[in-house]
Amino acid sequence: MNFLEAAMQPGSVDFLYNIAIIVIKILVVFGVIMLHVAYATYFERKTIGHMQVRLGPMRVGPHGLLQPIADGIKLFFKEDIIPAQSDKPVFFVAPVISLVAALTSLAVIPFFDGFVIADINVGLLFVLAMSSLGSYGIILAGWSSNSKYSFLGGLRSAAQIISYEIAMGLSLVGVMMLSGSMNLTEIVKAQEHYPLGMFLFPQLIACFVYTISVIAETNRAPFDLPEAESELVAGYFVEYSGMRYGLFFIAEYTAMIIMASIGIVCFLGGWNGPFEIPYVPFAWFFLKLYLLIFVYYWIRATLPRYRYDHLMDLGWKVLIPLALLNIVVTGIVKVLL
Amino acid sequence: MMAEGIFIYLAAAIVILSVLVITRSNPVHSMITMLVLFFHIAALYVTLNAEFLAAIQVIVYAGAILVLFLFVVLLLNLKEEMVARRYIGPWPLGVLAALGLLVVIVLSLKSFIPGPSGVFTTEVVRAETNTKVLGQILFTEYLYPFEVVSMILLVAIIGAIVLAKKRLRN
Repeated sequence: MNFLEAAMQPGSVDFLYNIAIIVIKILVVFGVIMLHVAYATYFERKTIGHMQVRLGPMRVGPHGLLQPIADGIKLFFKEDIIPAQSDKPVFFVAPVISLVAALTSLAVIPFFDGFVIADINVGLLFVLAMSSLGSYGIILAGWSSNSKYSFLGGLRSAAQIISYEIAMGLSLVGVMMLSGSMNLTEIVKAQEHYPLGMFLFPQLIACFVYTISVIAETNRAPFDLPEAESELVAGYFVEYSGMRYGLFFIAEYTAMIIMASIGIVCFLGGWNGPFEIPYVPFAWFFLKLYLLIFVYYWIRATLPRYRYDHLMDLGWKVLIPLALLNIVVTGIVKVLL
Repeated sequence: MMAEGIFIYLAAAIVILSVLVITRSNPVHSMITMLVLFFHIAALYVTLNAEFLAAIQVIVYAGAILVLFLFVVLLLNLKEEMVARRYIGPWPLGVLAALGLLVVIVLSLKSFIPGPSGVFTTEVVRAETNTKVLGQILFTEYLYPFEVVSMILLVAIIGAIVLAKKRLRN
């Protein structure tokens, strides 16, 4: 609410100062996250390469370090092909919805103590709301392309995201109950009195449910049915090319970073670590982020894809009851203690 | 001044978008307009210090209900609106009825009296945060209606399961 209240009193020096600070923060966060998105692709190819006893990208720059930049330039200058029978306005707007939904959540994530663009009271709900918006980009992309494969991919993705969103939301309720707040900064501060400064141990079930739901929610392997390349070519974005395809790509990796960040804030103690690193307050946050991103890739390299009915069974019959059980247990323990 | 400006923009946008929702001939386009409409309503809640309601508005309406609408529309695969016969023949009659309703509403606005301000003023809500206040009042003063609503929802869920299972068996 700080921003809106500040915006109510225009003309003052404080008002302009606040706006300037917010704009600078937005530019810094955007720049840093875009760089992370670019190098997340490099990190993924290298990790999976080495796990499969290959080298991964090696050609562009030393050890292929410039590969993401080369990929970016390639995508930017590729021809933009639009299917003739597609619904053009929806086709254009779908990747933008995906990207906006992913990037907006960055506003509420506290990277270190005091550094957050919008310190709102309902931060956790805001992230859930934006992640549910992401499914629109996917469904609309699948529908507007006017292609069987994209449409199937879009429908699968919608069903998957709706199912796993419930489990994800419920798994975070335990965290809200323990910290008594939905503000992400407050949640991190509430964890300081718990073992290792984390909610991980008191909320072990919730963390388990959250991790699995997040992998499904971001359409990553082994739950990547919406873009199952062996059956649906590439799922909902088959018909997209050039930078429009690039936007979907950026949205997916940003969503991964957001979900990992929420996991860090809610279960792994946010910016706090076993000891303080001087001058780099965000060091622990980013170290935890890299670890979680590695876990995503590790799971992708290890597990084969799930069958569709198994995926639905897991979501509705295992994860949701587990998350509900966690809420009941957390409530009872909180009342007793 | 700024607050009024924001309100006027939101109110105007909500009216215009509502008209757009019912005039689009392509159901998917009208869904997208409705999505934008829901975001404007959520923004209206934010200006009223009700950030919890704003988030719930987006999660429930935009995130769940509208996606289900979209599902139905996509599965029906309606590319263009179906042309059906009018339900009511002469349209001036409908316009007359609508105008009459408008007159009644405008006349009744005069006798509108704002309720007495209660315990939860804007300052209290802001200090306690909207979510906490809502939870406290929902689980103390309105506990009974809350439980009744939960029961109704449970009945609806069981009804849906029974209907779906019956079709499977046949």
